[in-house]
Amino acid sequence: MNEYLTLSLILFTIGSVGVLVRRNAIVVFMCIELMLNATNLALVSFSRQHGNLDGQVAAFFVMVVAAAEVVVGLAIIVSIYRTRRSISVDDASLLKS
Amino acid sequence: MTAFWLLSPLMVVAALGLIFARKAVHAALCLAVVMISLAVLYAAQDAPFLFAVQIIVYTGAIMMLFLFVLMLVGVDVSDSVRETIAGQRLLATVLGLGFGIVAVLAIGQTVTGIVVGLDEANAHGNPYGLAKLLFGRYVLAFEFTSALLITAALGAMVLAHKERLAKPRTQADLAAQRMRDYAESGRHPGNPPTPGVFARHNAVDTPALLPDGSPLEESISESIVARGQLREGYDDDIDEVRRQLERSDEPGGDEK
Repeated sequence: MNEYLTLSLILFTIGSVGVLVRRNAIVVFMCIELMLNATNLALVSFSRQHGNLDGQVAAFFVMVVAAAEVVVGLAIIVSIYRTRRSISVDDASLLKS
Repeated sequence: MTAFWLLSPLMVVAALGLIFARKAVHAALCLAVVMISLAVLYAAQDAPFLFAVQIIVYTGAIMMLFLFVLMLVGVDVSDSVRETIAGQRLLATVLGLGFGIVAVLAIGQTVTGIVVGLDEANAHGNPYGLAKLLFGRYVLAFEFTSALLITAALGAMVLAHKERLAKPRTQADLAAQRMRDYAESGRHPGNPPTPGVFARHNAVDTPALLPDGSPLEESISESIVARGQLREGYDDDIDEVRRQLERSDEPGGDEK
């Protein structure tokens, strides 16, 4: 049980570092997906630990929300790319004076 | 437990690839490895329904979307190495390491007690148990997710929709524009030369040669040039062989 939790935490940390370090918006998005997946692993492990299926239902909901989030996020990235010809997160700084 | 110990190093390495891969496509492949391994871990933890959903939704739908958008915006868009905030990368690494160590040491050791296991909950089958919860206690959340999915689909359509601002250009317009360009700036109205004309190879990565033997880069697709796969059509191995022959023909050359 603790091994699964540790693996999940390691993956979550790698994902969060990736979000902070990477510049490409799509790769940043992938790192967010990695974090969501890591939490899913923790939820499934807790479900087995406690012997009820609520954790698996929660993981299922996380998957649904992640799918919706990816659809909208990628549409935003495509529309930003269409106007600015770049998907670097540094270039989207229009609000900065 | 065998599946876990086999897959966890692979998953950590693939996740690190997500951080270190220079090209976005490689990062996407690394993420696919992590997701498939996660699916196997779900199966090993008595969650066969989530195993199927993970494969279908994540590696099937979401990864396809990622790769589709990557191809759409161009594979040659590489990550900039320049830092906008000074020391951000170092700071992020230090913070991430700190967070990871604290999390693994503190949270990763909290679970004690025996693992109950899901044999009782899965007595009628895992999908049955999940459905009982989804359509019982969590039915309101289930309805909300359906609303969320519809909203997301509509939002994606609105965001990705391209408003046509100008009249679409017909073939006649394009021909007239081409002739106007020729009259004004002297741009050749005909087709650009195809790759490989007068060159040693007729492959698409070999530029056409001008009458004086110099390569013409316009004859090559832009994406090949961007990827740096341009072949020097005029200076290749055949020329190298001829040069060696000429050198050995010269008096005082390295004759054997």
